[in-house]
Amino acid sequence: MPYIANTEADVKEMFKTIGCDSFEQMWEKAQIKSPPPSLDTLHSGLSEYEVVRHLNELAARNATQLVNFLGAGYYDHIIPAAVGEITGRSEFYTAYTPYQPEASQGTLQAIYEYQSMICRLTGLFVANASLYDGGTALFEAMMMAGRITRRRQAVISEAVSPIFRRMIECYSSNLDIELIQVPSGTDDSAQKQLMDAITEDTACVIVQYPNVFGTIEAWGEVTAHAHAKGALAVCSCYPVALAVLTPPGEMGFDIVTGEGQSIGIPLSFGGPYLGFMATTEKHMRKMPGRICGRTVDSDGKDGFVLTLQTREQHIRRASAMSNICSNESLCALTALVYLCCMGKQGLIDVAELCAAKAAFARSEILKIDGVKPVGGDAFFNEFVISLPGDAAEVVGKMIDKGFAAGFPLGRYYPDRKNQLLIAVTEKRTREEIKALANALEAVL
Amino acid sequence: MKLIFSISRSGRRGSSIPKADVPEVNAIPPQFRRKKSAELPEVSEQEVIRHFTALSRKNMGVDTNFYPLGSCTMKYNPKFHERIAALPGFAELHPLLPQLRHGGALTQGALAVIYEAERILSELLGFSACTMQPLAGAHGELAGVMLIAAYHKACNDDRRKVMLIPDAAHGTNPASAAVAGFDTVEIASDSEGNVDLEDLKKHLGPEVAGLMLTCPNTLGLFDPNVKEICRLVHEAGGLCYCDGANFNAIIGRVRPGDLGFDVMHVNLHKTFSTPHGGGGPGSGPVGVAEKLVPYLPISRVAKRSDGTYALEYDYPDSIGYIAPFYGNFGIILRAYAYMLTLGREGFRRVSENAVLNANYIRCRLAPYYDQKYNRFSMHECVFSASRQVAKGVHALDIAKALIDRGYHPPTIYFPLIVPEALMIEPTETESKDTIDSFIEAMIEIAKMTETNPEQIQQAPVKTPVKRMDETRAARTPVVADLG
Repeated sequence: MPYIANTEADVKEMFKTIGCDSFEQMWEKAQIKSPPPSLDTLHSGLSEYEVVRHLNELAARNATQLVNFLGAGYYDHIIPAAVGEITGRSEFYTAYTPYQPEASQGTLQAIYEYQSMICRLTGLFVANASLYDGGTALFEAMMMAGRITRRRQAVISEAVSPIFRRMIECYSSNLDIELIQVPSGTDDSAQKQLMDAITEDTACVIVQYPNVFGTIEAWGEVTAHAHAKGALAVCSCYPVALAVLTPPGEMGFDIVTGEGQSIGIPLSFGGPYLGFMATTEKHMRKMPGRICGRTVDSDGKDGFVLTLQTREQHIRRASAMSNICSNESLCALTALVYLCCMGKQGLIDVAELCAAKAAFARSEILKIDGVKPVGGDAFFNEFVISLPGDAAEVVGKMIDKGFAAGFPLGRYYPDRKNQLLIAVTEKRTREEIKALANALEAVL
Repeated sequence: MKLIFSISRSGRRGSSIPKADVPEVNAIPPQFRRKKSAELPEVSEQEVIRHFTALSRKNMGVDTNFYPLGSCTMKYNPKFHERIAALPGFAELHPLLPQLRHGGALTQGALAVIYEAERILSELLGFSACTMQPLAGAHGELAGVMLIAAYHKACNDDRRKVMLIPDAAHGTNPASAAVAGFDTVEIASDSEGNVDLEDLKKHLGPEVAGLMLTCPNTLGLFDPNVKEICRLVHEAGGLCYCDGANFNAIIGRVRPGDLGFDVMHVNLHKTFSTPHGGGGPGSGPVGVAEKLVPYLPISRVAKRSDGTYALEYDYPDSIGYIAPFYGNFGIILRAYAYMLTLGREGFRRVSENAVLNANYIRCRLAPYYDQKYNRFSMHECVFSASRQVAKGVHALDIAKALIDRGYHPPTIYFPLIVPEALMIEPTETESKDTIDSFIEAMIEIAKMTETNPEQIQQAPVKTPVKRMDETRAARTPVVADLG
């Protein structure tokens, strides 16, 4: 095995130092006296070449050649090669939590720059160093709002990702939290319903921007209403869209979270991803997760440290703001390098391309007989159409034609059985979009 | 070093994006558009690369320095794992594909990885089943204690609201129990560093849901009473959770399921060699005994009789969805590659050499540093700088002096029950030569404490920055450059 350096001679010498003459004696001295397990269901070790060959075979059994119009919060964007070059530097990826700042300035400054990027995108004051994913980040935001308001009720729109909502439901099941889910509509009445649900007992109202159906809404009235009731406003958002959309901070949101996969992180079958979170200055000390801060060293030289650690589990234990320890640091670095490569104009260009291509795709698809639009014209890069039949069945047929045509909403919304959610990123070409529309027409 | 924002120049670009091949309509209605662009930096690709390459050189990592950070298992991360994780067949795979009709057939390779990794891990842990879904160690703890809550709920036992946690535990244990809705009660350690059985018995009762025990414990010791502890907790109607952060000490040698534990997490970024990433992403799969299988999170990966794999959801007693999908797949993949490389014989060689290396350090440093518990250790050894404190040198000072000598420091001030703790975990992948050099450095620091403590107190001096003003950072937080 290549990963153990000790030779037989080394082992012998070290045994002498520790007063043993065999591994079995060593175990016994360490208080382990039971016989070793047989592990007979496991096979023998393989060489690197054999493992690579096996995993290449498994990789080939995954259908990544489909033309991808599947999104639902997880998107197929361009990732410049420079991103992987940096995150592939082992000075970054083989380090751990930067508790020793003098030996970790690289990681720490990167976290600080990442936090700054998230603030600039969301329009808020402070971001943490990352959470696991968009769903856990939204749950943490809900808990944070509960701590701040000392209230136990959360009002959540059903136009928030059902993937996130079922995670929040799961985590809340043993807690004294009342989740009020407000039906999603396609017009202004949904916001009205959401506002009506906010009471003096509400800790926070939770929405998504753009929502799970791709729709863009202005949220100023809802956040103002929440504040008037003493509640906080929480928003989960799509970071690429924030290059062109009004930042949530400007609409009055107190806590903004989101899934950061779209900014430089590969889809990778569900993870690792990136949960981001930002908040106002007022609520900084109630935020979960690590935070990097700027300070000076004993010579007065600028540098960075992990700060406000009294919020965290290693200090506060059962009364910490969260149980989170390891977060998604390397994914935060990935997002940071991606945002640097894209830059101010690049991310706008990506967002505009996504929106233009989605608009083109929608107009092409709506030319098909029997396909109807669902929702208005204010969408970013994802939209819903209604088909003459079961959308899940149509998607199944489209797979045979080489397309991941979108996500059938009936899986999560039984009353939307015929509806298909289609995502278009900057990677999709005019030809692919046309081919999608043609294939869709053929299978309907 | 300058922030990336300060090298930004208006009009500079760091990437090329395809030109529009569709009509450039102004797709987004103007009332929703931001009035002022987000101030992301404007830098060239080369500037990005130089900036981050320079930053990377201000870091210590396993690939650059010995990194004996206790409780973190900073072992070598095999390089081919990174290439496998980047294969387009894995990296470009959309997680919703298998949830489409006929979609399972599109992801057979990925589902096979998860299924096989679960199978191998279950065998190593001595459990009936595993879930690979938890996204980090603490997330695994949360999932694990939620399983315990679900079990008691299913038994219609709603009194069990208390989780017992030894005083030596990681902070995540009480924090995870709290997030799952439990009250926590601390159990004392005895004079040998084991769980104080009398204190445990005193706290067992009808309100106890379970005990969270790190095995081997955070002192780097194997508690010889583990089986008895599990028996006592079970007798009182509770369940036993094993914090597997230290699984590297016993992998292939002891199966926690055989000891009587009911549920356990392991950290793939510790024992299974996946990179620590500067603080994640990790992965914290959870293994369970038969009685907890019905409560495992969904979806679950099953193998059908025809040899194909499928996602299953029909587990009515499941705690539900703890992750968006199937776990940190890219990390699970690396760990699976490691499991295949090690094989049946390799796992035990890991624990043998990890324990040997730690005891070697313990024995050689024993004349120079105090040990609160003078016992044979497992994969890490815990010293106390109590002797050095008399000269004004604290654990923190020793840590900083090590940095100047080219070593990442051990974990310090943990576990909390050892004053001035220095927790050293060499792992099995380090050579005796490296370990010997580290030992020499530790001895030199101990000697210098006697003769020239000021020099230790002033360390580090060879680093990009000296000791940081952490009080200032916390009092007047500067946490973002808002532009």
